Amino acid sequence: MVSVGTANGSGSQSANLIIHRALFKMGLPVSGKNLFPSNIAGLPTWFLIRVTEEGYPAPADDTNIAILMNPDTWEKDLSKLKKGSVVIYNSDTRMPVERDDLILYDVPCSKIARGVNSKLAKLITNTVYVGALSEVIGIEQEAIVEALKHQFNNKQKAIELNLKAIDEGRNYIKENHKKDQPWKVERRDLTKDKMIVDGNQAGALGSLFGGVTFLAWYPITPSSSLAESLIGYLKQHREYVDGSKTYAVVQAEDELAAAGMVFGAGWAGSRSMTTTSGAGISLMTEFIGLGYYAEVPGVFWNIQRVGPSTGLPTRTQQSDINFCYKLGHGDSTHPVFLPATPKECFEFGWKSFDIAERFQTPTFVLSDLDLGMNPWISDDFEYPDKPFDRGKILKEEDLNKVESWGRYRDVDGDGIPYRTLPGNPHPDSSYFTRGSGHDEDATYSEDPEVYERNMKRLAKKHKGLRTKMPQPKIEHSSSNSKIGLISYGTVHTAIEETIDILKKQKVEIDYLRIRALPLSPKVNEFIDSHEEIFIVEQNRDAQMFNLIKEELDSLNIKKIKSCAYSDGMPMSASKISANIIEKTQIKINKKA
Amino acid sequence: MSKENILGLPIHEYKGGKSTLCAGCGHDSITDKIIKACFNNGIKPHMVAKMSGIGCSSKTPAYFLSKSHGFNTVHGRMPSVSTGAALANRKLTVLGVSGDGDTASIGIGQFVHCVRRNAPMVYIVENNGVYGLTKGQFSATADEGSKSKKGVPNEIPPIDLTSLAIQLGCGFVGKSFSGAPKQLTPLIQAALSYQGTAVIDVISPCVTFNNHEGSTRSYNYVKDHDIELQTLDYIPSFTPIDEIDIPQGESTDVEMHDGSTIRLTGTKEDYDVHNRNAAIGAINDSMAKGEHLTGLLYLDNAKKNIYQEMRLCETPLASLKQETTRPTEETLVKIMNSYK
Repeated sequence: MVSVGTANGSGSQSANLIIHRALFKMGLPVSGKNLFPSNIAGLPTWFLIRVTEEGYPAPADDTNIAILMNPDTWEKDLSKLKKGSVVIYNSDTRMPVERDDLILYDVPCSKIARGVNSKLAKLITNTVYVGALSEVIGIEQEAIVEALKHQFNNKQKAIELNLKAIDEGRNYIKENHKKDQPWKVERRDLTKDKMIVDGNQAGALGSLFGGVTFLAWYPITPSSSLAESLIGYLKQHREYVDGSKTYAVVQAEDELAAAGMVFGAGWAGSRSMTTTSGAGISLMTEFIGLGYYAEVPGVFWNIQRVGPSTGLPTRTQQSDINFCYKLGHGDSTHPVFLPATPKECFEFGWKSFDIAERFQTPTFVLSDLDLGMNPWISDDFEYPDKPFDRGKILKEEDLNKVESWGRYRDVDGDGIPYRTLPGNPHPDSSYFTRGSGHDEDATYSEDPEVYERNMKRLAKKHKGLRTKMPQPKIEHSSSNSKIGLISYGTVHTAIEETIDILKKQKVEIDYLRIRALPLSPKVNEFIDSHEEIFIVEQNRDAQMFNLIKEELDSLNIKKIKSCAYSDGMPMSASKISANIIEKTQIKINKKA
Repeated sequence: MSKENILGLPIHEYKGGKSTLCAGCGHDSITDKIIKACFNNGIKPHMVAKMSGIGCSSKTPAYFLSKSHGFNTVHGRMPSVSTGAALANRKLTVLGVSGDGDTASIGIGQFVHCVRRNAPMVYIVENNGVYGLTKGQFSATADEGSKSKKGVPNEIPPIDLTSLAIQLGCGFVGKSFSGAPKQLTPLIQAALSYQGTAVIDVISPCVTFNNHEGSTRSYNYVKDHDIELQTLDYIPSFTPIDEIDIPQGESTDVEMHDGSTIRLTGTKEDYDVHNRNAAIGAINDSMAKGEHLTGLLYLDNAKKNIYQEMRLCETPLASLKQETTRPTEETLVKIMNSYK
C-alpha cells in the first residue's frame, strides 16, 4: 500500500488520481482512499493506494511506500512505518528523515517543478512524485499517458505540462537512486471493461435512469457530489433542443425546505429526491413523519458520515441505520436501501423511485462517505430491466370505472391505498392530505378505532416491503460451515479479504449481505442454519445487530454476536478477522 | 352576480366543508372571499392545489374548494411543499394559506426564501397577531405595546410581512382586512392572475384571544385604523373592459399577464404602486402612526418567475413519460465508457 501525505488544496488529488488510474490502466485492481480534512486548504490529507492480486478494496493496515510532501505530518507518518518500508520524500521541505531502517528516495519536488515551469510550479510539485513513484515501483509510461489524458480531459497543454513534471521525477530517480526495493507492480488483465467510478456518480446515474424529475438539496459533505453529478447528467441528457428542461433542481435554504419540496413534488406526481447526510436527515425528520403518515413518496439519499452532531464530516460510518429506519416521532418505519458498491448505487438509484411510488412512502438510500466519494473499480451497470412502477394512481378514466374511492382505503388487502394526483379532472378525485388523524376517505378523525385501523394498515403495508426490497445475498458459502457472517453496505468490501484471512487460519465462514430494511425473512433462515453468527458493521452501538435481535426468538438471539466498531476509517479485514477469532465459541477453529 | 360563472359552475362548486373555527373568526370571512375570487375568476377547481401549514388559518383550506386537492403540511413549511408542488405541475394554481405564527414565527425562513424564488403561488397570511390553537400567545407580527387578553403588553417589535416581502423582491404584495370584502376579493382575484409569488397579508381578528381593548388587531381597532390606499377593481380577461362601470375619481388600469386588468381608483396622492422604495416608506410611515395601510401595495409585472428562470418545459414534470425521462441503454453505455 502506498500512502501519500500532502496538504489539502495543494492539487494533490489530481496527482493521486493519475497514479490510481495509471495502475488501473495496467490492468491492476487498485483501491484508492482519500482521507481528507473538513477544510478548503492547508490541513493534512492522505491518499491510500492499495494494489493486490485479489483486488481487495479495503485499506491495508501497513503502509509499504510512504510519499511525504507535508511537513506537518512528516514525523508522525515516518514513525508509523515498519522497517524496510520505502519513503519517497520532497527534500525541498528540508525536513529530517532520521531513520536508517527505511529505503529512502529524496526527490527535490519543488525545485524540479520550478525547473519545468516556474510560474506553474505549485501546480505540478505533486506531479513530480507521480513520476518518482512510477520509476520506483514500475508504473508504465503508457499507462501514465492514458491516465493523464483522462484526468485532463484530453487538454493538450495540461497533459504536456504534467507529463514533463512526471518525466523529470522519473529522471531524478534514474540518475540519483540506483538502488532496489521490494515493491513492484506488473501488468495484469484484471480491469478490462471495468470503470473507475464513485458511489455518488453511480447514485446520480441511477437516479437519472430512474426518471427523476425533481431534486431539492442543500449542500453537505459527503453528499453534495451526488447532487452535483446529477445536475451535470440532467443538463446533458434531459433538456430539449430549445434548452427547456424536463426536470427541476432547487438548492434549498436548508434541509427542512429540501424535504418539504421533495414531498410537495412527490405529492403532485413528480419522481422527487434529495441528497444529504446524517445532520441533514435530522432536520428532515418532521417531514419524514408527515410523508410516512400522509403517504407521500420521496427518495432520500443519506451519504453517511461520522456522527453524532457535526462529528467527523469527512470520515465514514454506518451509524444512521437505526435512525433512518425508525425516523420520526410516533410509530413508524421506512424502507432503507443499503448499497455496498457503485453498481448497487446505480441499481438502487432507480429502484428507490419504484419503491417510493409503489408504497407511497419516504424511501432511504443509505450510502456512506467511503462508497460515495472514493474511486472504485466497478463492473458495468445493468440497464433497468423493468419499466417505471408508478404505483397505484387513479386517473380520470380509472375513477370513471369505480363506484367510489377513498384515499386510504385498503382495497387490495396489501395495505397500499390508491391515490389521485392534483389536476385530475374527475369530480371525485380530490382529497385532503394531512399529517393529522384521518379516516379511509382522508377526512379528519380522532376516532380511536379509525386511528388504530389506519396504523395497523400502515404496518401491514410496510410489512409487504420485506419481500419487495432487494433481498439479502449469500456472497460466500462453504460446505457445512457453522459460522455465519452478516454485514451490509461498504463493510462488504472488507469481507472478502476477511474470509481469505480466516481461511488461512482454517476457519471457514458463510457470508450473507443484507441489502435493505425491513429485514427479509431470508436473514432469519441464514441465522437458523448456522450455530454462530457474527454481525459486522461500522458503528459503536451495533445498530444492525440490535435490529436483527428485535426480530429473533430467544434461541437465536444467543447465537448472534456483534463485531461492530468505528474509528471513522473504512473497516479493516484484519481487525474483523481478529475479532471473530477472539469471539468464536466453535471449538474446531479455536486452535487456529 | 350571475348564478353561474364563466365555466358554468355555481358558487357551491367552490365551497368546502363546514368551518370549525370560532363564530365570527376573521378567517371565515377570508375563506368566503377566496371562494368568491376563484368563482369570479372562473378557475377550474380541480386545477387548484390548496396548501397550508399548521394553525387556525391552516385549517381553512378544508372549508373552501372541496373539489381541489389540499395539503395541510407541517408548521411553518407550507412554502417549501408549495414550491415542490408548483414545480412538479406548472399547470396548477397553487393557493397557500398560512397564519402569522406559521409564517412570521416558525416559518419565517421558508417565507423569505419562497418569496426570493418566485414560484407562482398565492400566499395568503391570515394575520391576527396571536396563536389561537394554543390559547393566545403573541406571534411575531404582534405590534409593540399591543395587549394580550390578560392585559400584558407585547414588548418586542413586530415583523411586517408586506415590507419584508417587497424588500425581498416579491412582485405582488397586498394587504387587507378580513372585514373589508370589497377590497379583499379583487385583491385575491388579482393575486390569482399574478405569474409569480403573490403575498397578501390580511389582518384577521381573533375573536377569542385578540379582540379586546388594547389590542391593535381587534375589529374595532382595525376598522378605525384601516387606511385604504386605493379602491380596487379586478376585471377578468373574459370580461370586456367597456362593460365595466368606471368608478368615480381618477383611475389607473394595470394589465396582468393573463389578460386581466386591475383598476386602481383614488390612489393616495403620489403613490406609485410600482415603486419599491416608496411602498416600503409608506408602510413604515403608516406603522409609525399605528395604522394599517391596506390595498395593492406593490406590483412588478415584469419579474421573471421560477419557471422562466429555470427554463422548465411546458409539460408538467408530473406528466412526463418514461420515454422522456429515462435515457436509452445506448446513452448508459456511452456514459460508462467515459469512466473506463
